[in-house]
Amino acid sequence: MSGFSVRNTLAVARREFAGYFATPVAVVFIVIFLVLQGVLTFNLGGFFERDQADLTPFFSFLPWVFLLLVPAITMRLWAEERRLGTIELLLTLPLRQSEAVIGKFLAAWAFCAVALVLTFPFWITVNVLGSPDNGAIASGYVGALLVAGAFLAVGAAMSAATKNQVIAFVLALAVCFAFAVASYPLVTDFISRASPGVAEFARRVSVIERFTGFTRGVIALRDVVYFASFIGFFLFLNTVILEHRKAD
Amino acid sequence: MVALIEIAGLTKRFGSFTAVDDVSFSVARGEVLGFLGPNGAGKSTTMRMLAGFMPPTAGTARICGHDVLTDAVAARRNLGFLPEGAPTYPDMGVEAFLRFVARIRGYSGRELNERVAQAIGLTTLAGVRLQPIETLSKGFKRRVGLAQALLHDPPVLVLDEPTDGLDPNQKHEVRALIRSMAPHKAIVISTHILEEVDAVCTRAIIIARGRVAADATPAELEQRHPSGRLDDVFREITAEKAAA
Repeated sequence: MSGFSVRNTLAVARREFAGYFATPVAVVFIVIFLVLQGVLTFNLGGFFERDQADLTPFFSFLPWVFLLLVPAITMRLWAEERRLGTIELLLTLPLRQSEAVIGKFLAAWAFCAVALVLTFPFWITVNVLGSPDNGAIASGYVGALLVAGAFLAVGAAMSAATKNQVIAFVLALAVCFAFAVASYPLVTDFISRASPGVAEFARRVSVIERFTGFTRGVIALRDVVYFASFIGFFLFLNTVILEHRKAD
Repeated sequence: MVALIEIAGLTKRFGSFTAVDDVSFSVARGEVLGFLGPNGAGKSTTMRMLAGFMPPTAGTARICGHDVLTDAVAARRNLGFLPEGAPTYPDMGVEAFLRFVARIRGYSGRELNERVAQAIGLTTLAGVRLQPIETLSKGFKRRVGLAQALLHDPPVLVLDEPTDGLDPNQKHEVRALIRSMAPHKAIVISTHILEEVDAVCTRAIIIARGRVAADATPAELEQRHPSGRLDDVFREITAEKAAA
């Protein structure tokens, strides 16, 4: 057997990525994403009232906007292939399932990257109004991309588990939410009453907790390793689920 | 004769229901095997297992000597597969879709262009090359599925109802195409249309309730009923099984 093929992975990614733009999905997603981020940052986040040249309000809302919108991208990843029957076509082509899984993930991730790039007016605004720490902003964007990747990997795995897109959406939202709030005092206090060890573990696997470091301008190796393992784990889970449930 | 498709003891159970029950056969180069049976007899399930999409409960399937589960990628390189209902990506253009398949099949550059052009030519899709697949009629969609299966000129073709939804002229063309490829390949086609068996198949298997009920040449099968007509034979074999 031959090894993992980057070529196949990219062929799948390319097809999938073009697919976003062949339908209104891409435009609707990007517009809603930008509007939500704008409203939350400028109104709720008090961007101007704070009188500080940084993107803290922008980044603090970003994971929650992703939490809502990323499952909307991923819900169709595999569920749609099942509904159309194309999963049978795709998975009987000479490619490994891991190549198909990673290809689809990369396409969705690249799409999120495009959405993030289009938030550049926020960056321009803050630079016009003052002199922010652009290094911290850059690391915040890196963190945002990693959060998107983590949520996408969860959503893709959930999509492989069902042919119903609504179920895929709700499952992805629930799992992502659990990982988002795991570090919140409300959650950790509740858990630590039963078992302090588990509460500490919950804090460690929390996506938001890890992301906060990035927004302060710190790209710590252990946080990067955390996101890489998180994404790797869910892509592996995706492959396993696909293997067992593809023909159901 | 070299068997390009070897199926041995293939069985698929869904819970307590046995969809395919100990099916064994092999197909050599030059043979066109017609796979017949009533709806729900296990035709598509058998083909899915042969294509390596659905893991069997028991038994093995090999394509050109490669096990479809343990040596899946090698087996699939030698296989052209048209799944049930000829699924394709509706948002894509015909040519874009075939280029995607060709890329996964390992082609690039000029060879990729040639392969795609050839597949489009064989299935007479030139007129709709740039149209999104979702805007095409059922017959065209089926031919896009067929083009995808033929693209890499595989030694083994497994086609689930290749002529379903085609008009009589298109049916005639597809049958002529299958006949023209037959000497160099091992081909399995499933069909409901019994006249197709006479038209293209060198051999027919009738499957009923997941079991092989008959395996013979069309001429031999026809002699099994006084009328000499294949549909009488088909009805007798499959109805008998259903009653049992």
